[in-house]
Amino acid sequence: MFAYIVRRLLWSVVLLSVLSVVVFSIFYLIPLVGGATPETLAGRYVGRAATPETVHLTAERLGLLDPVPVQYWHWLKGVFVGAEYDYGSGVEHCPAPCLGYSFITKQPVWPELLDRAPVTISLVVGASLIWLIAGVSVGVISALRRGTVFDRGAMGVALAGVSLPIFFTGLIALAFFSYRLRITAPGGTFVPFSESPGRWAYSLLLPWITLAFLFAAQYARLTRAGMLETMTEDYIRTARAKGLPERTVILRHGLRGALTPVLTIFGLDVGLLLGGAVITEKTFSLNGLGKYAYDGIVSNDLPKILGVTLVAGFFVIIANLVVDLLYGVIDPRVRLE
Amino acid sequence: MTTSALRDLVIRHPGQAAQEPFLEVVDLSVHFPTDDGLVKSVDGLSFALDRGRTLGIVGESGSGKSVTSLAIMGLHTRPASEQTRPGAQLSGEIYLEGEDLLAKSPEYVRSLRGKRMAMIFQDPLSAMNPYYTVGHQIIEAYRIHNPVNKKVARKHAIDLLGRVGIPEPSQRIDAYPHQFSGGMRQRAMIAMALSCDPDLLIADEPTTALDVTVQAQILDLIRDLQSEFNSSVILITHDLGVVAELADDVLVMYAGRAMEYGSADQLFNRPAHPYTWGLLGSMPRFDRKKSERLLAIKGTPPSLINVPPGCPFHPRCSYAARNNGRSEEVRPELAPVEPGHTVACHLIQIEREQIWEHEIAPKL
Repeated sequence: MFAYIVRRLLWSVVLLSVLSVVVFSIFYLIPLVGGATPETLAGRYVGRAATPETVHLTAERLGLLDPVPVQYWHWLKGVFVGAEYDYGSGVEHCPAPCLGYSFITKQPVWPELLDRAPVTISLVVGASLIWLIAGVSVGVISALRRGTVFDRGAMGVALAGVSLPIFFTGLIALAFFSYRLRITAPGGTFVPFSESPGRWAYSLLLPWITLAFLFAAQYARLTRAGMLETMTEDYIRTARAKGLPERTVILRHGLRGALTPVLTIFGLDVGLLLGGAVITEKTFSLNGLGKYAYDGIVSNDLPKILGVTLVAGFFVIIANLVVDLLYGVIDPRVRLE
Repeated sequence: MTTSALRDLVIRHPGQAAQEPFLEVVDLSVHFPTDDGLVKSVDGLSFALDRGRTLGIVGESGSGKSVTSLAIMGLHTRPASEQTRPGAQLSGEIYLEGEDLLAKSPEYVRSLRGKRMAMIFQDPLSAMNPYYTVGHQIIEAYRIHNPVNKKVARKHAIDLLGRVGIPEPSQRIDAYPHQFSGGMRQRAMIAMALSCDPDLLIADEPTTALDVTVQAQILDLIRDLQSEFNSSVILITHDLGVVAELADDVLVMYAGRAMEYGSADQLFNRPAHPYTWGLLGSMPRFDRKKSERLLAIKGTPPSLINVPPGCPFHPRCSYAARNNGRSEEVRPELAPVEPGHTVACHLIQIEREQIWEHEIAPKL
């Protein structure tokens, strides 16, 4: 078991390096294919007023004239030992882990990511708990009351939940609950958990519910389908034949089997969202990783995008690992000897 | 026919007539409404079982054997009670020591399940929950009916596993079903069924999914445990060899109805129904030349939505023509051919005996 975890972690490192090569290539090669020159990139640092000579000099100092593999090597070295950036107004130090140096803010990317991570983590942890509990409960009840008004209603709402985009439900919810009824915090509010857990939850309640609504729908459908399947298993009949109350049959014997696919999707969804719940954060003006990525994209700030992408990739890889390990806990048949 | 009249028809064993049978099924019908029509899985079935005896129920797939056992266990979903499965329409009476289970509340029947009556299923791999250890599942079955702490229940489970012949039970108790072999799983399943010392044990094709060598072991085990626990056993199977091995009485079912009912001795030595003859004829035997073909029953089992009128077996019966059309029109009821031996067939006694003696018996 321990050896397996170590092996998986080593693989994660390999996977991350491959990811970094791919992302690096996309961000630094494709602009060149599209007609950009090293000078265009350097120009992003020095501003519009600079003379062509200055730009060229900056490009040289930043190593943008080097072959791409060499540039990648410099970047990779920066991740471990830090790097120096000289874009004309003196040498700037970017301490390890240096994922890049923003064109716009002229700041290292890593500390900015660290700053924003708590917002995204708070958003995702709260929302995922809500959608998991709500989705699974609704799914179970729907499966057991198949064909009833509850089932049809829940599945109808679920369909709406899957179909409606966050920027729609989010804005409607904000307008109604925050600005008309004034029962939830307005957009852009975030109170760190360490400051006040109560106000933290209050500030995030609406984004949580909005994000959870989108996902809960999917989970309700998945749980319902899983329950309908496991409740026809032979071992459910055995459980009934033992004389177990129906409640125990459902919760202890039925739900357990139905949860396996739910768990897989849950891990991947959480991993994906931790890399930035872009639309939710934008809609509710939360300064998280998603908003950071959005800002990077809008301002063509390649180092920012590279940094966020790598962090997102890291979360997805870790989530996959956690899911695989949890599989063994939830299903003894895949447990490693 | 009234129910009380039907009850009188149920054959009792000689010398036990005054005693109430342990289990008595009277005019049981189990129908499933479907989009294609009403599926009559069991239609007017009656039989009785005394304490300590073993009843073998035989018949082809779809003859209603399992549906009958699930009805006794109260495992069919009634319509409108719950919507996960299509509901079954049950009618008739099922008396367990004089109590009509069909008239009792589902909650009351649940309290009997596992405690008074228990069931062993065909495929122990799918019948055991893969997510829990074997011990957990036995302990769960025990504790639901016995208010004991986990430690006592665990000791009981280890004891049971040992009694059903699982080596090193104190270690194997923590294994998962997939870590057991097929035979071991069925043993564990039996241990689970016996955990509360049930009076009635229903074994639904307990050896079908098992290796032939293991089959014999499991049958021996069921027999030994039956004498140890003095429980009544209903053994559902399509394997006449298994019936010959274990059963005291045999009920032959076809299309949800009883065709023939009697002691194992009567059924094997003086079978009276053409369908039983067919079943016996389709059994492979060592003492027969390989060149001789099995006496297969021609045709296929009828649709349970459109059961043939009259005798449901008549389209496949070689002797139906001898009954002047009665087989096609009149449904035969179980009628005695000798004490304790009833048959649902229009053939007249003399003709039946002649066919058996001259046409069937020599070929078996």
